[in-house]
Amino acid sequence: MTGRDGEGGAAGPADGIAQKARIARQFIAAIPFSGALDMRLEDIGDGMATISMPWSAALVGDPKTGVIHGGAVSALMDTCGGAAVMCHPEALAGTATIDLRIDYMRAATPGQRITARAECYHVTRSVAFVRAEAWDEDRSRPVAAATGAFTVERPASGDKP
Amino acid sequence: MSRGKPEPVERIKQRRDRALAVLVEAVPYIGFLGVSFDRRGDELTGVLSYDPKLIGNPLLPALHGGAIASFLEVTAIMELSFTLLWDDVESGRIAAESLSPETLPRLPKTIDFTVDYLRSGLPRDAYARARVNRQGRRYASVHVEAWQDNRQRLFAQATGHFLMPPRDG
Repeated sequence: MTGRDGEGGAAGPADGIAQKARIARQFIAAIPFSGALDMRLEDIGDGMATISMPWSAALVGDPKTGVIHGGAVSALMDTCGGAAVMCHPEALAGTATIDLRIDYMRAATPGQRITARAECYHVTRSVAFVRAEAWDEDRSRPVAAATGAFTVERPASGDKP
Repeated sequence: MSRGKPEPVERIKQRRDRALAVLVEAVPYIGFLGVSFDRRGDELTGVLSYDPKLIGNPLLPALHGGAIASFLEVTAIMELSFTLLWDDVESGRIAAESLSPETLPRLPKTIDFTVDYLRSGLPRDAYARARVNRQGRRYASVHVEAWQDNRQRLFAQATGHFLMPPRDG
């Protein structure tokens, strides 16, 4: 990992993490599908990411209850998992999902924002392992949990800033 | 069932297409994604029409993993719902003409869903077919496969478990 000097900032691992967080933040802002779902990056850094998504009538999967479609929650979990990988100290910016399993524990309350938090808990040379949870406004009862594996993209050789 | 005069083919098609259309229209997220369904008899093929908003990686470019997962889950639920509705409509328990989003039976609920990303999704249309591997009174297991240009080269597949809607009667 290369710590590049910022303007007057001390170089070091913390600086590298801040830089990665900045890259991830810009990258998420540039993801069209996450934008279409109106996702918002709440927090990111050191292999953890928190992203939220508002309820919207267009995302409803069950017309009788107004509950958001599981697929939209999947998209939130997937984006959040990818963001967690991208800001892990041992990973580099790019990643792709290898597999993702979602458990739907309860229906998210219609009208409420859904927030997902993902943790990249282990990274090998090629694979990043992620777990994530999502809540609506009731923080005590998660609406969904996910586990996934993501690719770790490394430069061909050398360590570039 | 009497071996009387066969039902006019147009009426059969109308009834089945109507049942499918009501199911699709009832779910806003299907429209948001831009998914439609081709029907051949009771076989459904989901069609994800390419739209730039479905992109997840603009540099490649590649479809968003979440858009792919959504497409697969939508197709799995539609297959399961259409299978249920098919029996009701074909047996005459539910009249197709009376179907509306309000009178539609409850949809199955996803318990879990596991997506296997085999290759990156290209910026073009995608297709998916689901197979109900087991359907019990309470639980169902559904497998779904998606491809783009070549049916033999899947770009994603998934397995999901679903809680069946309670059947009254």
